[in-house]
Amino acid sequence: MGDDRRRFLKVAGVTLLAVGGAPVLTTLAQDKSSGHGNATAGAKRFAMVIDLKRCEQEQGCTLCSEACHREHNVPDFGNPKDEVKWIWKETYEHAFPSEEYSYAPERVAGPMPVMCNHCDHPPCVRVCPTKATWKRDDGIVMMDWHRCIGCRYCMVACPYSSRSFNWRNPRPFIKQLNADFPTRTKGVVEKCTMCEERLSDGLAPACVAACKAKAMTFGNLADPNSEVRKLLRDGYALRRNPGLGTLPQIYYLV
Amino acid sequence: MHDSGKILAGLVVFGALVTFPVWYHAAWGGPLVKPRLPADLAEKECIAPTAYMREHHMELLNSWRAQVVRDGHRSWTGENGRQWRASLTKTCLRCHANKADFCDTCHSSAGVKPVCFDCHVDPKGKN
Amino acid sequence: MFEKVFSGSPRYWTWILGLACVIGIGFYFYLRQLEYGLGVTGLSRDVTWGFYIAQLTFLVGVAASAVMVVLPYYLHDYKAFGKLAVLGEFLAVAAVTMCLLFVMVDIGQPFRALNMFLHPTPNSILFWDAFVLNGYLVLNALITRVTLVAERKNESPPKWIKPIIYLSIPWAVSIHTVTAFLYCGLGARPFWMTAILAPRFLASAFASGPSLLILIMLIARKLTRFDPGKEAINKLAQITTYAMITNLFFIALEMFTAFYSNIPEHMIHFQYMFFGVDGKSALVPWMWTSVLAALGSLVILLNPRARQSYQLLATACVLVFSSIWIDKGMGMVVTGFVPSPLGKVNEYMPTLPEVMISLAIYAIGLLMVTVFYKIALSVRGEVEAPAAVVAQEEPAR
Repeated sequence: MGDDRRRFLKVAGVTLLAVGGAPVLTTLAQDKSSGHGNATAGAKRFAMVIDLKRCEQEQGCTLCSEACHREHNVPDFGNPKDEVKWIWKETYEHAFPSEEYSYAPERVAGPMPVMCNHCDHPPCVRVCPTKATWKRDDGIVMMDWHRCIGCRYCMVACPYSSRSFNWRNPRPFIKQLNADFPTRTKGVVEKCTMCEERLSDGLAPACVAACKAKAMTFGNLADPNSEVRKLLRDGYALRRNPGLGTLPQIYYLV
Repeated sequence: MHDSGKILAGLVVFGALVTFPVWYHAAWGGPLVKPRLPADLAEKECIAPTAYMREHHMELLNSWRAQVVRDGHRSWTGENGRQWRASLTKTCLRCHANKADFCDTCHSSAGVKPVCFDCHVDPKGKN
Repeated sequence: MFEKVFSGSPRYWTWILGLACVIGIGFYFYLRQLEYGLGVTGLSRDVTWGFYIAQLTFLVGVAASAVMVVLPYYLHDYKAFGKLAVLGEFLAVAAVTMCLLFVMVDIGQPFRALNMFLHPTPNSILFWDAFVLNGYLVLNALITRVTLVAERKNESPPKWIKPIIYLSIPWAVSIHTVTAFLYCGLGARPFWMTAILAPRFLASAFASGPSLLILIMLIARKLTRFDPGKEAINKLAQITTYAMITNLFFIALEMFTAFYSNIPEHMIHFQYMFFGVDGKSALVPWMWTSVLAALGSLVILLNPRARQSYQLLATACVLVFSSIWIDKGMGMVVTGFVPSPLGKVNEYMPTLPEVMISLAIYAIGLLMVTVFYKIALSVRGEVEAPAAVVAQEEPAR
């Protein structure tokens, strides 16, 4: 028994080291930017810049979310428990809880549109056990509603509460059915896909197209001459909770 | 050895039960309804020959699903080189516009319940 | 061996029938959940995991705690646990089965569950959790079967099972570590973002599991002729005591870090648990019950003479078990979601269907424990005293 025990402890120790060490080594070995910058270096990196001053001009406007939800057959259950939403308006203190200070609302009152941030290091993608959500080469965090098993781990991992779950069949709660886009079934998670279906037809995302104040700009960050890059050059932008290292790609001009 | 009667009877009952769908359908299933297409179609050809589509439409739709959703490729080339948009609602349903007259005829008599229309919208139907 | 299950006293059959009823009722509610969707639960957009996942977390601990009898017996040749080892492993089999059932009832598309293995995703901790839980189930099912068969034949277990038993020891630690990793690697949830979560899980596991085992042993002692022996029970009580103290120590460490650092997003969850936030305080009475039960249990457990009394020990075990059930289940899981990352306070309480479905899963676990223990004790009866088989199967009183 004594010998057995010693041998066991040796093997167990080596195994533990290997198992515990592997993830650390692979993370260190990966070519990731260490800071809070931008990790993608592809030909395309879709992003959005939202000009808060322009958005504020239209107090109480909900055109962006209406357009999005109509386009994507997002149901309206009329109660917060079952709620499904892709883009909605949030006050400054909820959109930027860690940046909050008493006088901030004097400068940026909001409410401002919030949605999926299409992060460069999306935690939702990291935790999904079936690859039902993943990051495309152009930076869009995409979802496959056929694949999702409804474990809701992505919702637990998302620091922006950008994801919704279909707690029940959404069909009866869609006011106007858009036949060109699917609905979802009960038991799957959904969220903003940056209108990848419209982009492939050469159209701007529905929210951008619907914005009366022209507060939302969509574009390719990898192109230095793009409109989004110009806006970021000329103004100063915030991102939501950048300290988590998720590298969100929705920029808020203040 | 003394129970051969019981065993045989049991086998007969078992056989009758497992073949239930076959003889039930033969006796009370009614005539097979052929899928129907609307008479005046602008499109003259399907994306693939009828025989192939009859057997493999589900696999084709699955591969379209994968290429569109997962790879973002929206076009699909047929055998004769013609380009199609890989889309159930925007390509297939343009001709096969009536789900009840087309999809449901075979699926109902075969007892198959595809989940496609849990999410995808049948433009003519109620769901 | 399995035929032992079908003979028993009226009391045995009443118990089985009662469990079957609870399972049946739960199954009815599960069919309703399948039909309507997870909207039958109290879960919402902000609180996406609740009672089901809380039970999963708690029961992984019960499953892992089998190591507290397996390790002393097989590695240290601690003879007093000889009668207990296989019972501990059986408890693990039942607990890990319940865990897997709780995962199944929690997912929105259960018919797609196999996607987890059809599209294996090593970067997801949930994938690893499913892997280690299933692995642990297979290991323990194999070990119990082989050792019990050997015991019936009055032989020592075959040599090849030894390495498998040794493997089950670190594997037990792994199931709870991986379960902690489900939570503690998420930037979105500061309440769980603590490296001590896995050790804390293990400490609470090694208190809750052995306390449950003691309770089962004491009940078996009353209803059957089976007696694990005073020494074994005392040792289990000792293990429970040390583990409970360690568990409370770890919780205190978490509180120090949260409150001394004065970082709002770390403090606010503890405030929600114990005092409520924005007037919302659904968990407060539960959490204080947990604290009082923990302190009460220590009063008994820290006193070696009190521990000797089976009655006091049973009380202490009930207190330990319920304290950890509240704290590690609803307390740990639900508090992570309140407030939400956007600072919104939306509360959660389980609904009737949720509770009934959970009760049914617990009933399945109890049924498994009953059946396994019946088999094991019957086999023991044959081994130790062939003439006493009938007497052993009948209740002692």
